[in-house]
Amino acid sequence: MTTTAVVMMILTMGIVTSFTAYLFWKVLKTPPKSSRED
Amino acid sequence: MSTQKEYWGSRVGLVLAMAGNAVGLGNFLRFPVQAVNNGGGAFIIPYLVSFLVMGIPLLWIEWSMGRFGGKSGHHSAPFIFDRFDKRRFWKYFGVFGIWTNLAVAAYYCYIESWTMSYVIHSIGRTFDGMTQLQVANFFSDYINIGTTTTGIPYEAVIFYVLCLLLNTWILSQGLAGGVERTAKIGMPLLILFGAFLAIRGLTLGTSGATPEHPDANAWAGLNFLWDPQFDSLWNPKVWLAAAGQIFFTLSVGMGTIHCYAAYVNSKDDIALNAMSAGWMNEFVEVVLGSLIVIPIAAGYLGLDWVKENAGFGMAFQTMPFLFENWGPLLAALAGVFWFGLLFFAGITSSLAMGTPWMGFMRDEFSWSRQKSAWSFGAIVLTLGMPTVFLYNYGVFGEYDYWAGTVSLVLFALAESILFAWIFGMDKGWDEITSGADMRVPSFYRFIIKYITPVFLLFVFIGSVFSPLNGDWAGAVSSLFSGNGWVLDNGSLIKQVMNSGIKEQIMNATNPGQKAHLEDQLFYINGARFLLMMVFLGICYLVYIACKQQKQEGKTA
Repeated sequence: MTTTAVVMMILTMGIVTSFTAYLFWKVLKTPPKSSRED
Repeated sequence: MSTQKEYWGSRVGLVLAMAGNAVGLGNFLRFPVQAVNNGGGAFIIPYLVSFLVMGIPLLWIEWSMGRFGGKSGHHSAPFIFDRFDKRRFWKYFGVFGIWTNLAVAAYYCYIESWTMSYVIHSIGRTFDGMTQLQVANFFSDYINIGTTTTGIPYEAVIFYVLCLLLNTWILSQGLAGGVERTAKIGMPLLILFGAFLAIRGLTLGTSGATPEHPDANAWAGLNFLWDPQFDSLWNPKVWLAAAGQIFFTLSVGMGTIHCYAAYVNSKDDIALNAMSAGWMNEFVEVVLGSLIVIPIAAGYLGLDWVKENAGFGMAFQTMPFLFENWGPLLAALAGVFWFGLLFFAGITSSLAMGTPWMGFMRDEFSWSRQKSAWSFGAIVLTLGMPTVFLYNYGVFGEYDYWAGTVSLVLFALAESILFAWIFGMDKGWDEITSGADMRVPSFYRFIIKYITPVFLLFVFIGSVFSPLNGDWAGAVSSLFSGNGWVLDNGSLIKQVMNSGIKEQIMNATNPGQKAHLEDQLFYINGARFLLMMVFLGICYLVYIACKQQKQEGKTA
């Protein structure tokens, strides 16, 4: 693989994985408002 | 209007079900093929830009429209649209949000049934010792209804019916007990299976090279996918393909997201949930989807073979053969993982396709959950039989084109105008941010109002006037030099006129081939007629529902 291809792949996959993990973690950590008010 | 209120069992369940709705066969089969056919690395940038300016806005629009409709007890597009604008047109336009799902489910469940069957064949080691050609022919035999690969007559039909029965049964168990539970099991398994195969794809390297394919190299496949070619950014064909892929992958423009979101409590967040489900889909597609089919195929057959043969059929006609290189145990395991992940990707999407019809019948006609689920199964079975029996006559492709392609763009374009321009961006923004558990970037207000509709219009016009071979520069210069705009046979205008197949009939010299093509034209028109009848049938039901509501003194 060329260096640009490796950089592009790692960068894209890194960004996508980080966003996915962060957002899902936030979903897990934040209870829904309806249950908070019940 | 529904009085039987149903909610999601948990927030995680909702996000997994929404992600499962988006993650489908296309994540593993369509995305890599689109990337290969559109210049490899050149495709990724337009794809990600399309996700940011079209995908995310549409997710927020659809989630907020759904939750807004759900507040008044409506869970299907016709009456959700009606809540946004009282003009009668919108209710009938919303019919696309039910029709698309019925039509897509009809052929989608057929592919899903192939994956079920191939899981069994993988466990039974059917592909052991087969050549590449034999594995490819096995698939052709499978979809040819007259032949059998297991000794069971009409096995493709039997698997299709079994698959549909499973879908219908799960739907009849309700949202939390059926759909959500399936997503909670299916999504983690899908990611686990995908991760196993992706690691194999990433680490295969040149170990699969043989005297027959001395240039086989998995990294060459990855290099082709990821080496950026910035000059291709100026090619509208690549942008149209990238935007099209975003539609398919996120399941936007179908009405399923509206329906799922309509079961969200009105106080709950949609902004973070939508982002989480959307990015989870991107993870499966960009990370897992790009590391399986292309590198594994390039690792055994070489990049040139992949470029020439990249297509949907690779999943069934090539992968089982390639897995056989891994020894009996790993081959069986890889087969189960590959077809298992495709099955879970498929079923979490096909279940979503059942909910708009069920929501509509339960809300507007007070049908029970069981009745609405089994009626969905019956309609899909009726619509799906022509795709099973007439697969080789283009019926499958016709359903996919009208319901799975054109309808999505039209629906998304209309809903973005309805949301941002008719309902109004101020009220729309309030809906998106109401109860939000994240800060929605304010520049998305501008993107949703201006960029997304223009982008969608560009995609729609691009598909209507698609030039010959997707050569936009050539078409523009041809137009200005007075030679007109030559349309491709894949353009919407030429598709309506059946130009491609008529051309083939005209050029056919073999009488047998000509007769087959004429039959194909007949069945394609028949498929269109059937799809149109279903659309009109749903319009009629909407009309009846409105009439009933007026008689009962409710506003329709």
